[in-house]
This record gives sequence, structure tokens and C-alpha cells, in this order.
Amino acid sequence: MIEITPLFPLSARGKGMFTLGRQEILTLNQEVRSKKSQIVVKNEKKNREFGIRTFLIACAFVSVLTTVGIVMVLLFETISFFKEVSLFSFLTDTKWTPLFIPQHFGILPLLSGSLLITLGACLVALPFGLMTAIYLSEYAHEKVRRTIKPILEVLAGVPTIVYGYFALTFVTPLIRSIFPDTGVFNALSASIVVGIMILPMVASLSEDAMVAVPRSLRDAAYALGATKLEVATKVVVPAGLSGIISSFVLACSRAIGETMIVTIAAGATPKLTLNPLESIQTMTSFIVQVSGGDIEHGSIEYSTIFAVGMTLFLLTLGINIIAQWITRRYKEEY
Amino acid sequence: MSAGNLTRRKIYDRASRVVFLLATLLGVAALGILLYRILSDGLGWLDWQFISSFASRFPEKAGILSALFGSLWIIGITAPVAFILGIGTALYLEEYAKKGWFTNLIQVNINNLAGVPSIVFGILGLGLFVEGFLFGRTILSGALTMALLVLPIIVVASQEAIRSVPQHLRNASYALGASKWQTIRGVVIPAAFPSILTGFILALSRAIGETAPLIVVGAVTFIAFVPSSPLDQFTVLPIQIYSWTSKPQDEFRAIAAAGIIVLLIVLFTLNATAVYLRNKYQKRY
Repeated sequence: MIEITPLFPLSARGKGMFTLGRQEILTLNQEVRSKKSQIVVKNEKKNREFGIRTFLIACAFVSVLTTVGIVMVLLFETISFFKEVSLFSFLTDTKWTPLFIPQHFGILPLLSGSLLITLGACLVALPFGLMTAIYLSEYAHEKVRRTIKPILEVLAGVPTIVYGYFALTFVTPLIRSIFPDTGVFNALSASIVVGIMILPMVASLSEDAMVAVPRSLRDAAYALGATKLEVATKVVVPAGLSGIISSFVLACSRAIGETMIVTIAAGATPKLTLNPLESIQTMTSFIVQVSGGDIEHGSIEYSTIFAVGMTLFLLTLGINIIAQWITRRYKEEY
Repeated sequence: MSAGNLTRRKIYDRASRVVFLLATLLGVAALGILLYRILSDGLGWLDWQFISSFASRFPEKAGILSALFGSLWIIGITAPVAFILGIGTALYLEEYAKKGWFTNLIQVNINNLAGVPSIVFGILGLGLFVEGFLFGRTILSGALTMALLVLPIIVVASQEAIRSVPQHLRNASYALGASKWQTIRGVVIPAAFPSILTGFILALSRAIGETAPLIVVGAVTFIAFVPSSPLDQFTVLPIQIYSWTSKPQDEFRAIAAAGIIVLLIVLFTLNATAVYLRNKYQKRY
């Protein structure tokens, strides 16, 4: 903003240029300069504000570019994959053997592997996570809550590679001592441990949903003579249902995308099976297997990473959108 | 309502408390067993030689030196990149952005990015940094991939922190004649900084423990030198642990456990710092 201020100072007013003494001209000169520099400072400040704003927009734009980048990278190689393999056989072929002859490119075995793991993980995490949430939100004393919540936070912060080690060296031997026919690599061990991994997420998000249920609803139920269990299961859980279900859905999405536990414990044999005691392969562990080996860039084997990655990306994106939709659609406002 | 019915309801109620408590203890027990197993497997192998040696074909000579330096390099680049981008995005969304499709787009996009599996970020890194920008399978590619991976976590945490700074603090600053940026730099950021830092540290601990994306980007499992530039090949602690875990010999499993102990010590230290900062500087307005 440029302010209009008289550049010609009052002291010099009424005198012609030629009547000014040398000293007066010097002062005048200085005053004009300082006015000019004030304008420059203002402009600099304005420029800086503009520059910072632009920089921040650029930062925010990086996240959009990341999504665009993911889609472009996946799409680019997926297209070259589908030049060699028809979409129909990709979706219906029941064999996945891209790394040896005869090559088959059916996503179903990998998809069923991922879903088997997710199903098993959910069977562990959803009931136990929900019960943990109910206990923490409705039953536990403040002291107990303050001890258990940080423990669950630690559990949530343990890297997946550590869980993978745990699955292979502790859970698998345990399962094999009960079912001696089980292979060293099996879906059951991996899915139990993935379940333990996502349990804190279910517990913490569901608890948030229950804590948000207003006290007055509980008090009303107690006033009618309800027991604590009845209040929890018939008032609090239904009232927080949108948050609870969206926590379930998000946990499923995490389980599908989980990589290291299944890579270490579930094996590398793509198989269309529902038997959790067999070795299987998931989409994620296939990607790890191929990128860990020496696959030539540009080959069809190389582009399978991107086709599988695309399937995984679309699947988790779809699930996350459903979770957001549930939260918005069924949100209860109190 | 008959008396028998009431007794039954009371019994159910008492039983439920026990059942819910046991379910809660499952998570606690899992953590306990996990830590116990890892300590008992690995503690015997953890010594100075293990920290200061390179990877080796012989378990008794193997160490994690190159993996430790690899992790340091990755974090050294990931941290500043993700920090600047994350806070910049959060500041834009909370302080500058007007409601509209563009702001909405960025917000929805960040929420969705937070749900993208980490391995997909690895594929992005492979396609974009390794092949696209021709950085190769280097520290730089790995670190930039990690920065994009943790970006949504930092953005969401910083947004919450900035949102919790009350408006009257900003108004006071404006009333003193401060410009928008002067207000943000002098008032908003200092007030929100402890919470921002907490989120940032948690995001970094995620980056330190992450394995899958770096395998896809092309970390190598056997490195017998300390990387000296961002364009060197690298390995990181979780990948070294992965490589040892997938070997069939028990000795390698044991040094994998020793590596896990080191990794967990680093992570717990970071998390404890985050919790400490949160408790020390948390202000309620």
C-alpha cells in the first residue's frame, strides 16, 4: 500500500528552490529519501507476506501431488501390464505364477490370501478391541485407565517387523504344538498377530466414540434401573455405533495393507484356499517378494508389482471412503 | 419383573466386568509376552561388538553399524523435509485457506493419504524417485519416500495444534499492528509448538520402524560400509532385522532379536520424549 504523503516538507513550504540554503537542501533530500525507503519497507513486507503465502500453498500442494503421483505411477505400469495380460484373465484366473513358466496372472489367489488374513485379524481384533473399549470407557477407574491406555499406545507403536518376528518365533511354534500338521509358514499365525497389531487402533477409536456419548444418556438408563452391562451394551454402544463401525472398517483396511507380518509369517505360496493352516501369499507380500529379487526393469514380472499395487490401492481407498461415509452418514450429534 | 430375573441381570453384570477386564488384559499380555520373548532371545547377543560391526555371514561377527548409520541418514533427510512440508500445509489449511473446493480437496486428500498402505508409498518411491528422477536405489530416494509417508501424520497433528491456539491471541497480535506472518511466527507457532513437536516425533518414530516401503524402493540387505553421501546405497535397522529373521538358523534369529532390542530402545526413547513434552508444555486456554 502506498500512502500519499507530502514529500515536500512544511519547513520548506513557501520558499522557492533557489532560496533554500545548502543545509536546508540537504535535510530536504534526506527527508525525501527516508519517505521513499519507508515505502520500500512496506513493499518488502507486502512481498514477504505474499511470498510466504505462496510457499505455504506450495507445501499444501505437495500432498495433492503425492496422490497424483501414486495414481500416475501405478497407472503407467498397470497399462503396460494390461497390454500383455487381459483384464478378464487377471480377474478370473485362479493361478498366480508370474515368476515361472507357465505364467498365470490371476489376482484371485493373492486377493483371497489378503482377505483370509484380514478376516482372521478382524476375528481377533474386533471383539477384543470393542470389549477393551467398553471396559476402558465404562468400567475402569481413572487410575486403571491411565495405566492401560499408554500400554495400548506402546502396542500400537511397535514396528510391524517386530510383530513379524514375534509371529514366526513365538505364535507359529505355539500353533504347531497344537496342530502338528501346520507348516512353518501359515496364515493363522500371521492373522492372529495382525489382529493383535490392529487391536489398539480398534480399542482407541471405539473408546473415543463411547466417551463422546453424553453422561445424561447413561444417567437416564441408570435411573430406569439398568445395570452397568445394560447401559454399556444397550445405550452407549448403539449411541457410539458410527464411530465404532468406522473404527472396524479402518482396522480392516490396515490389515489388508499390512506387509511385514504376512511376508515373514504367512509364506509365499499364492493359493486359493480358506484353510488358515496352509502357507499363502498376500498382495503386499508378493510386492515385497518381487521387489526384493533381481527383476529386470520393464519386464512383465516388474509391472506385476504395479498391477497388484493398483488393486491394493483401489481396495483400501474404497474401504477408507466407506469408513468416512459411515462416520458422516450416521454421526449422532448431541 | 420377577426377583429371579433381577438376580440373573446382576450376575450377568458382575460376569461382564470380569470378561471385559480379561479382554483388556489380552492386549497387555500380548505386549508383555512379546517384550519378554525378544529380551530373552536377544539380550545375550547385545554387546558393543554387535553395535560396532558390519553385517556378516557369521552370526557371531555380525553387527548393525551400517544399518544404524543408514537409519540416521534416512531420518536426517526425512525429518527436515517432512517437518517443513507438514507445518507449511497445516499453516496454510488453518490460517490462510478460505473454505472452498481447493481447501476441501487438500483436506480430503490428506485424510485419504493417511489410509494408503505404506507399501504403496514404496511403489510411488520406486516409480517416482528411483526410476522417474533417476536418483537410483539410494538414501535420497528412500528418505523422500519416507517423508511423503509420514507427511499426513504431521499435517493432521499440526492442524490440531494450530486449531487449539485461541483466536484472542491472534487478535491481540493484530491489534499491535503485526502482519499475518508476524502473528503466525510470533504467536501461533510458539503457542502450538509443543503439540506440533509431539506429533512430529511420533511421525519420526513411525519412519524409523517402517520396513516395507524401503524394501520396494531398494534398500540392500548386505552393506559393509558406512554411507557417506545421500546418493549411496543403504540399509536400515528394520531391513537388517528382516533379513536376519528370514534366515532359518537360530543364531540369526537371535541377532535379529538383538537388533529389535536396539530398535525398540530408540523408539521408546523417542516416544517417552514425546509424552514428556506433551505433559510439560500442554497448556489449556
